[in-house]
Amino acid sequence: MNLTLKIWRQPDASSAGAMHTYQLADVSPDMSFLEMLDVLNEQLNEQGEEPIAFDSDCREGICGMCGLMINGDAHGPEVTTTCQLHMRSFKDGETITVEPWRSDAFPVIKDLVVDRSAFDRIIQQGGYISVNTGSAPEAHSVPVPRDDALRAFNVATCIGCGACVAACPNGSASLFMGAKITHLGELPQGQPERDSRVVNMVAQHDHEGFGGCTNIGACTAACPKEIPLDVISQLNKDLRTAIKHGH
Amino acid sequence: MTGARASRTTIALKLGMAVSGFIFLGFVLAHMYGNLKAFAGQDAFNEYAHHLRELGEPMLPHEGALWILRLGLILSLVVHVYCAVVLWRRAARARTTKYVVKKDTGATRASLMMRWGGVTILVFLVWHLLNFTIGKVNPQGGATDDPYLLMVDTFDLWWMTLIYLVAMLALGAHLHHGIWSAAQTLGWTGTAAKRQRAKTFGFVVALIVSIGFSLVPLAVLAGIITK
Repeated sequence: MNLTLKIWRQPDASSAGAMHTYQLADVSPDMSFLEMLDVLNEQLNEQGEEPIAFDSDCREGICGMCGLMINGDAHGPEVTTTCQLHMRSFKDGETITVEPWRSDAFPVIKDLVVDRSAFDRIIQQGGYISVNTGSAPEAHSVPVPRDDALRAFNVATCIGCGACVAACPNGSASLFMGAKITHLGELPQGQPERDSRVVNMVAQHDHEGFGGCTNIGACTAACPKEIPLDVISQLNKDLRTAIKHGH
Repeated sequence: MTGARASRTTIALKLGMAVSGFIFLGFVLAHMYGNLKAFAGQDAFNEYAHHLRELGEPMLPHEGALWILRLGLILSLVVHVYCAVVLWRRAARARTTKYVVKKDTGATRASLMMRWGGVTILVFLVWHLLNFTIGKVNPQGGATDDPYLLMVDTFDLWWMTLIYLVAMLALGAHLHHGIWSAAQTLGWTGTAAKRQRAKTFGFVVALIVSIGFSLVPLAVLAGIITK
């Protein structure tokens, strides 16, 4: 495959960036999108040009590190992570536009790499349960209804990649928060901190500068883990309940 | 305890939009019912309009109930517009660098039109109140003290009917996304089945409201409703 790539280049956080155009020949359709970028970087190295910086880690679709805006879709045209996207999803001769996640809460560090510490700070505000460490308790001492366990497991698959924020026209992180709120809220261990969790996480979300949700649904369409939109309903319900409880 | 922080979040603003939005939904349904009285003739239509002013008498003064309803609607309008403006500004600040290429995969057109559609409805509301309530402007220069005649004279003009049809298209799109979105904001759509039901309900109600309101101007233009 021969491709024309339009890629965002930005030397560092404080410099201005711009789109650069590159030509790449002989791309195998079996390459992953990141492998294609690796090949481009080898070509740039040979030409003495600075290689393109992008995030990646496991390259197995489970760590949440990679994430690019590809032709206007977060993680590209398939429902998966960028590392699990293959070049067979594109046509020979196609022009592919690659941009970093655009959110003022995710500042660009370099080229396609953004700083997602805002997610860590939201998690620090309540995306956990407080338990004393020690020997593991007997698993059957706290029964969990099957449907609750399934729902908790399904939304716990969120890898915090930030595609929901990148895809949202409002730049909201509601799907990410909803996944965490639902995951912990469905389990008995999540109950003691349920009200303070939602209030503190939403307050941090707003403080980071993410936008409000208008239930457009672009987030769930972009989510590589297919987190459903009903977690945002759960998030709203938990916040409403917290208000009722005097928070 | 974390104080009263929950009520200052973006989600609290959305709750304000959802509740005021549902109040408007109740209003447009009642308004549509009143409009459809036009098919029952001049007397039935005018009697309904007159009775609205006598509602609650003698317990309430003349136009008392009407003004209570109006105050509720004005308050809802202030809440709805205030929350929308704050959230719109937040969203604009959340992404100051735009994408070169952006698809809104998974989004309906109605959901992307909420803000400008809302502005359209607000502009129409001012126009509509000047036409029928505050100004009582008869574009043909005829009677203004007879609601039925004012209505027929207005919609006899094709361009007036066109303005109202465009407004009803905007209202229909706004309700199509707004109703289900409000249900989601209130936390009523916690499963895929409930979400689908809310979306279907929103679509059906949007269709009923936009068609129900459009019937009267179209009937006047077609000569079915006449003086």
